[in-house]
Amino acid sequence: MAFSGTSTAPLEPSAAPSPLYHIAPQRGWLELRPRELWDYRELLFFFVWRDVKIRYKQTFIGVAWVILQPLLTMAVFTLFFGHLAKLPSQGLPYPVFYFAALVPWTYFSTALLGATGIVVENQRVITKVYFPRLILPISAVLSGLVDFAIAFLILVGVTLAYGLRPGFAALYLPFLLLLAVATALGAGLWLSALNALYRDVRYVMPFLMQFWMFASPVVYPASLVPQRWRWLYGLNPMTGVIEGFRWALTGQGSAPGVLVLASSAVVLLILAGGLLFFQRMEGTVADLV
Amino acid sequence: MNRVVIHAEALSKRYRIGPIERPMQLREVLTRALRSPLSLLHPAPRETFWALKDVSLEVREGEVLGLIGRNGSGKTTLLKILSRITRPTSGRAEIRGHVGSLLEVGTGFHPDLTGRENTYLSGAILGMRKQEIARKFGEIVAFAELEKFIDTPVKHYSSGMYVRLAFAVAAHLEPEILLVDEVLAVGDIKFQKKCLGKMGDVARAGRTVVLVSHQLNQIRRLCHRSLWLDDGALRQDGPTAEVTAAYESAMSATDSPPAQSAAQASSTAPPAARIVRWEIAEPSAPGASPHTLASLGPVAIRFVLDAPVPLRHAQLELFLYNAERVLLWSRQLSGLHLDSGRHSLLLRFPMLPLRPGAYDWSATLWDDEFRSDRWDSFPSLLVATESLQHPLDELSGPLNLPCELSVNSTPLLP
Repeated sequence: MAFSGTSTAPLEPSAAPSPLYHIAPQRGWLELRPRELWDYRELLFFFVWRDVKIRYKQTFIGVAWVILQPLLTMAVFTLFFGHLAKLPSQGLPYPVFYFAALVPWTYFSTALLGATGIVVENQRVITKVYFPRLILPISAVLSGLVDFAIAFLILVGVTLAYGLRPGFAALYLPFLLLLAVATALGAGLWLSALNALYRDVRYVMPFLMQFWMFASPVVYPASLVPQRWRWLYGLNPMTGVIEGFRWALTGQGSAPGVLVLASSAVVLLILAGGLLFFQRMEGTVADLV
Repeated sequence: MNRVVIHAEALSKRYRIGPIERPMQLREVLTRALRSPLSLLHPAPRETFWALKDVSLEVREGEVLGLIGRNGSGKTTLLKILSRITRPTSGRAEIRGHVGSLLEVGTGFHPDLTGRENTYLSGAILGMRKQEIARKFGEIVAFAELEKFIDTPVKHYSSGMYVRLAFAVAAHLEPEILLVDEVLAVGDIKFQKKCLGKMGDVARAGRTVVLVSHQLNQIRRLCHRSLWLDDGALRQDGPTAEVTAAYESAMSATDSPPAQSAAQASSTAPPAARIVRWEIAEPSAPGASPHTLASLGPVAIRFVLDAPVPLRHAQLELFLYNAERVLLWSRQLSGLHLDSGRHSLLLRFPMLPLRPGAYDWSATLWDDEFRSDRWDSFPSLLVATESLQHPLDELSGPLNLPCELSVNSTPLLP
């Protein structure tokens, strides 16, 4: 058998020992199969790739939208919330203050909206082929990272252009990003499963995203929230992410330590619950067309 | 004796019919919860039906198993359970080996992506490794005969091109166990033959195949053993020749109306009359199948109708569909009066210029007491005339018409 390509070829299915699959009615609450997810990593990659490819295929200026969207929003926010409403910005220039929040927020909202719709959008494939359904929301959350990476580079440029120099705090960025990814995935698991059961979710999403944005320190600093409500505010994981982004990038303000800890704990809960709920739905979604 | 690779015990699958068939409105759930909060714990009893009842089977390595049965007899449900798309309601199964399932042509194709991109995407969704697709890529493109268009988005493909590429990807899937549902039934006959040949190769290569098909000829050609599913239950399991013969005779037997009629499901009143079979009355040749049309000349189709009671003011509609369920022709007949007994209905056409492939007759019948029958033909009409389509013509419709083309009154040579 002639292999073209690199020498790191994975084993051919026929060369690997034959796996044994058990088919039975769904029992119990959780049947996580991390090994299986790993086996399907190539398909996960293809789903991400398809998503990224299709997103800008028919658009006129293509990937430029990735930069334009947060940039235009930043301009609007700077004008209205900044210069007109004169909301405080922790001493940061308004463009940096808003852009540093909009880049993680845009990622989060794109990823969450993508994950919410992905099971319904792929219903056709779901009813025709087996693969761990979990890779669908995971792929939606991952494909948003491509856009994020591009927008992030612009963000770094804007920050530097305003003469701000991130310090060691910047090392926290990967962790904060991970927190945003986990939040999007956790909420996405819930919402994509709900969306498959009740199509109402589609109509709720615009309100939910708007509400969530105002419940996160995107247009205002978290310090605006009264001290005694801070703990409640911290239950929103995006609070920690966005405050963290501003702090880690600009080196200004204080580290949102407690906020991030609370956020992480909440994310773990949402994620675990989402996994359980998604798994319950997984067994029946192919029957719901 | 080869080892057992599929072992299923008492597989059953229950579907709910009614509200669950469409996605629920949150409102329904909320109103129900408000009226009686406890009801959420006890889901409202819904009408259910068993798509699969207590089916046990064993398949050994290298076996090519045919699954036959009427529409709705549970064939696809069984394949879906074995391919893990859906879970059984009860029963269990064990499968040894990588499973590939082909339940439709073009699974995962996206119109905006090019032929090349779709080949990779669809291949991956069907369970191929990237390496494997890369290795077979040239072969797949050559099989589909699409070398020139492989970098064109598939939305610009003709349906013929689309189906060819989709088939080519599917045909190169080589899992240890292949589950195939009817996918070979579309496409032109030439390409179908090519796919059948490829399937035969797969079978000969020692892979295990479970094949669902309505075309008994395909089953006979490919499968050693067959299962006959009837109304969700296993009716017969044995050598293909025996099972298909029993199935065919049950289907054509006039005294087994449930095999052909959906009347009981659609109406409470007993049907006034039913069509019991159809055949090509002319041209007829000894030994030729009465359901295969091989010439492009005058055709007469006979429908045989049984009326247990006299029919008054009846309305009969006949339909002809292609394999994609597109209506090609229909004819309505109203004010039909028939005495009780057997009647023959003859349709004469100067020609049936259809592209080679499988077609289906269908009929509906009402009388003035609303006793109705809906009937889907069995078996399909197979058109096996020579294709008159120009070899370079990619966009082909359902017609197979002889045509002469002249430019400024100069005839063009074919």
